Amino acid sequence: MNNRTFYNQILTEHNMRPSHKHMPAGPVISLRGVNPSCGDDITLHLKLSEDGMIEDGCFTGDGCAISQASADMMLDLIIGKTVDEALRLKEIFIRMIRGEASEEEIESLEEASALRDISHMPARVKCAVLGWHTFGEMTKK
Amino acid sequence: MSLIDVKEIRKDFALFRDNPNLAYLDNSATSQKPDCVLDAVREFYEKENANPFRGIYDLSEKATAAYESARKTVASFLNAQSEKEIVFTRNASESLNLSAFSLGELMVGEGDEVVVSVSEHHSNMLPWRAMAERRHAKIRYLNCRPDGELRAEDLEKLMTDRTKIVAVTAMSNVFGKKNDLKALAAVAHKHNAILVADGAQSVPHGKTDVRETDADLLAFSGHKLLAPMGIGVLYGKKRLLDRMPPFLTGGEMIERVSTEEIVYSEAPHKFEAGTVNAGGAVGLARAIRYITDLGIENIEEREKELTEYALERLSRVPGITIVGSERAEDHNGIVTFRVQNVHPHDVSAILAENDIAVRAGHHCAEPLHRFIGIPSTTRASLMFYNTEEEIDRFVTAVSGIRGLMGY
Repeated sequence: MNNRTFYNQILTEHNMRPSHKHMPAGPVISLRGVNPSCGDDITLHLKLSEDGMIEDGCFTGDGCAISQASADMMLDLIIGKTVDEALRLKEIFIRMIRGEASEEEIESLEEASALRDISHMPARVKCAVLGWHTFGEMTKK
Repeated sequence: MSLIDVKEIRKDFALFRDNPNLAYLDNSATSQKPDCVLDAVREFYEKENANPFRGIYDLSEKATAAYESARKTVASFLNAQSEKEIVFTRNASESLNLSAFSLGELMVGEGDEVVVSVSEHHSNMLPWRAMAERRHAKIRYLNCRPDGELRAEDLEKLMTDRTKIVAVTAMSNVFGKKNDLKALAAVAHKHNAILVADGAQSVPHGKTDVRETDADLLAFSGHKLLAPMGIGVLYGKKRLLDRMPPFLTGGEMIERVSTEEIVYSEAPHKFEAGTVNAGGAVGLARAIRYITDLGIENIEEREKELTEYALERLSRVPGITIVGSERAEDHNGIVTFRVQNVHPHDVSAILAENDIAVRAGHHCAEPLHRFIGIPSTTRASLMFYNTEEEIDRFVTAVSGIRGLMGY
């Protein structure tokens, strides 16, 4: 087996034991995101406060480890932040995936930075951005 | 033991020479190309290139001769009655689109029925569905057995006096199971229906005798058979091709055209509008000669050995489920599997990290995956040039996947 693997411990932990993969308790806004070609299928549930704060969030669904871990890491990062701050992190995440973010910016993504090398795996980019993309679509509605 | 010396054969492929660590196990998607095929294409363009059929000069006649000689090579490879039964297309998909469009025009009316199997590749399903929609006809689905087989007795139950066409794969690209085309054709013919076979997977991996199987139309691609991408074949019985209207129209497919009237050329040329892929046809003919030099029976034997070797080892790995039959002879080089709790895209990405190329997803057979209740799978597909060492590496890498993912 190859010793260097993209599937590092942070990623596999978030996939196997996600903190935020469960049904929502109480009223939330929900949006489904799907990658039809590979079957990643998640629904993101967020509880927003009146003043634009992401008070709580979770996701349901299934898909590959990258899509599941990425959604879980995203929720770790954006819960407790304002929607605007979370959108700024989304923009950094997308640039990291394209290999265009600075080291400092990548650090601000905390564990989500574990996906930085996906810029070398073009076929898997859509898996990594599914959660973030779904979040972005939700804020447009 | 098969008579094929794999170590020697691999030297014929630049891609293997340049990538000694790559285990290429995605042959059902496309095969690699030996030097002689690439040389033949290059030689055509260096020595015989002009637009076939058009010029009244030596070079154009050479181009025409090269192209028509390729047609003869294909005809004899399939044991067709004549080269007039061989239409060159871009690929199997185009051959099947041609078949669906043209047969639709010829014989399908409102309320008529077309039988398509649930295990078809999208290329032998969507053209029929689109045609059925245009002609207000009905699609009826033939289910496969758990090992992937399409049975004549199951087909018989679907046939009605409205059934005009039966479109089935000769070999499933997911299960690897070959179907008894002769038995399926007999059922179709009993009900005066046309049998169209998708040979994309079967033709590169075993003897195809169109007179024996009696399919009315048979499609395949060159690129899965060591030839370049962009050249495909539609075999058709001459008397059927003669009745079928053209699919694409344009240059060099007519006898004469006036503003009032069009008289099309005879088959196969009426189906080959525009400048043809003569270089591709020459490459395909060379690929067929390479295969016949090795011996298609030897290839079949070698691939059977490899399939047995792979299935026997893979089935011993904990947490692995193999899709389809337990018998190696039902797989013909195709080993589709699941790793418990691990998504097929992660399986193939981890294999890629180990320089092993396989396919993940629904393999362009989404209705089949729904039918068997599995969203997606990983597929390793073997060809005669693969080695036992490559399979060992593949099985070792698969064995490590669940551990790597934390299970």
